[in-house]
Amino acid sequence: AARGCGGVGVWRRAWQRRPGLAVPCRGQQAAACNARGGAVPAGKSGLAPWVPVVGLEIHAQISSNSKLFSGSQVQFAAPPNSLVSFFDASLPGTLPVLNRRCVEAAVMTGLALNCSINKKSLFDRKHYFYADLPAGYQITQQRVPIAVNGSLSYSLRIDDKMRQMVTKTVRIKQIQLEQDSGKSLHDDKRSQTLVDLNRAGVGLMEVVMEPDMCCGEEATAAVRELQLILQTLGSSQAVMAEGQLRVDANVSVHHPGEPYGVRTEVKNINSLRFLAKAVDYEIQRQIEELESGGTILNETRAFDSRLGCTIPMRDKEGKQDYRFMPEPNLPPLILYDAKSLPSNVNHQQVVNIDWIHQRLPDLPSVKRAKLVEQYGILPEHSLTLLNEDGLTEFFENVIKQTQMKPKKVIGWIIKDLLSYLKQHSIAVKESPVSSFLLADLLNLLENREISPTAAKQVLAELWKGEGKTPLEIVKEKKLELVNDQKELEEICQTVIDGHENE
Amino acid sequence: KVAVEVLDHLERLALVDFRDTEGIERLQNAIQFADQLHEVNTDGVEPMDSVLEDRCLYLREDDVTEGNCTKELLKNAREKVEEYFVAPPGNIPLPKLEEQEIVLQGS
Repeated sequence: AARGCGGVGVWRRAWQRRPGLAVPCRGQQAAACNARGGAVPAGKSGLAPWVPVVGLEIHAQISSNSKLFSGSQVQFAAPPNSLVSFFDASLPGTLPVLNRRCVEAAVMTGLALNCSINKKSLFDRKHYFYADLPAGYQITQQRVPIAVNGSLSYSLRIDDKMRQMVTKTVRIKQIQLEQDSGKSLHDDKRSQTLVDLNRAGVGLMEVVMEPDMCCGEEATAAVRELQLILQTLGSSQAVMAEGQLRVDANVSVHHPGEPYGVRTEVKNINSLRFLAKAVDYEIQRQIEELESGGTILNETRAFDSRLGCTIPMRDKEGKQDYRFMPEPNLPPLILYDAKSLPSNVNHQQVVNIDWIHQRLPDLPSVKRAKLVEQYGILPEHSLTLLNEDGLTEFFENVIKQTQMKPKKVIGWIIKDLLSYLKQHSIAVKESPVSSFLLADLLNLLENREISPTAAKQVLAELWKGEGKTPLEIVKEKKLELVNDQKELEEICQTVIDGHENE
Repeated sequence: KVAVEVLDHLERLALVDFRDTEGIERLQNAIQFADQLHEVNTDGVEPMDSVLEDRCLYLREDDVTEGNCTKELLKNAREKVEEYFVAPPGNIPLPKLEEQEIVLQGS
């Protein structure tokens, strides 16, 4: 049975719980993997359930000043071929020189993902021809990578209504250091490719996740958690939009109890949203293909975000023979720990695993647990807080400036503030309502100067960003709560009088 | 002795042209020569992949020390477009071995 999905009995139960997904339509949520049990609705036959299997290969660009094997700068969007050294252009007579910072980034990431760090790792050449790979090979770590056998835990919401979360784990097969390639710009009109080598040679960490996931939702949650970890460590900025985090998905389906099916590799996934779509589409495509008597080819497919489907990629026909060979210009990479550290050694030349371990920052899972403990909020809330850039800081700033209890504040942050930001596609740091203004408003509410309904009205006004304070808006719209008994009686009397005629 | 498909495969991978019978024979002799290595018993011996394996791998500080030589790099390019190198639109697939011979005969 596939990891990450429950036993057959659980599938059937989960499948029955959501009968509405009996015949998923193409274009809608193609595969409803009920993460709680891992069920996928059977196709038209309705008899044999399918088990989708999803593995991921993630390339994260290392956050460093210079490249993996050369001293040219790492920077996004610079003039073409301006950040290229002779080595990056693969001119004869140049040799690779390993960047220490890249090694440290890989060790940090390996430790954060519970990997065993290989004290001796090796570099290899992976050969293929492409215009943006000037050497004709990529230096990577195929035989003995720097870190192996780790795990990544991530959370999923079981049920939107039930507000319960489940923790899943995906095994990390390995992390390897490798070079990035240059960028190709295809000019179909003039039938040529323009090549920019600025990115050629930038350090990458390839994180290989075992096929322990079963749908787009799980894949996305796992990648999101990895992204947060990398950003917390600082080993990669992991911004997908800038190509600092690239994900390739390996997808296959099989019947429970049978061997794994043929897998396809899906590339060209440029955002977390597209990752879920691409994976779910591919699962559905394979199920439909197999149920109509077809077969799945072991091929590479590209995700077309416009059409929301995967298409076979050209230039990838036939099996590639990469002719792996040891990189002759680089001796093995030796890492040390407190025990194995030689006594009289140049510290600049030594990477100490224990030293790095001691300096790891609090990982997202630890941060979330601390938020739950400190503020008494739900784990689901802390997940949302960490998932939105800057939201935790916003929340804590509001807490500092208000007497309202955190358990109540979090409701305003997630239900009112965040939903508005999402609706208008605004980031937290661009919010027209600052933490100061929100705290002000919540204080008015807490002091019973306005009602919750009035507070929502004031918030709606604040979104306009016209620079008014909550108190000014309350006075303007006469939203103050009336507490005077006599005044209330007068109002009620007026209303009753007004209806006497009916 | 070496199958046509293997030759085809090798030519594509290495972009080496074996072209005539002499070339193919030379290839076969080279393989036979290298096969002698199998006569050595290597049970329990770790393969050595570099004479450098006992050397220390030098670690460089993460400083920017190179780059900014666009003009020099582009000097070697036969074609360029606004500081980009120019390449064909994709990998041009090699014709199959049989097709190659036809082309040669034609030229």
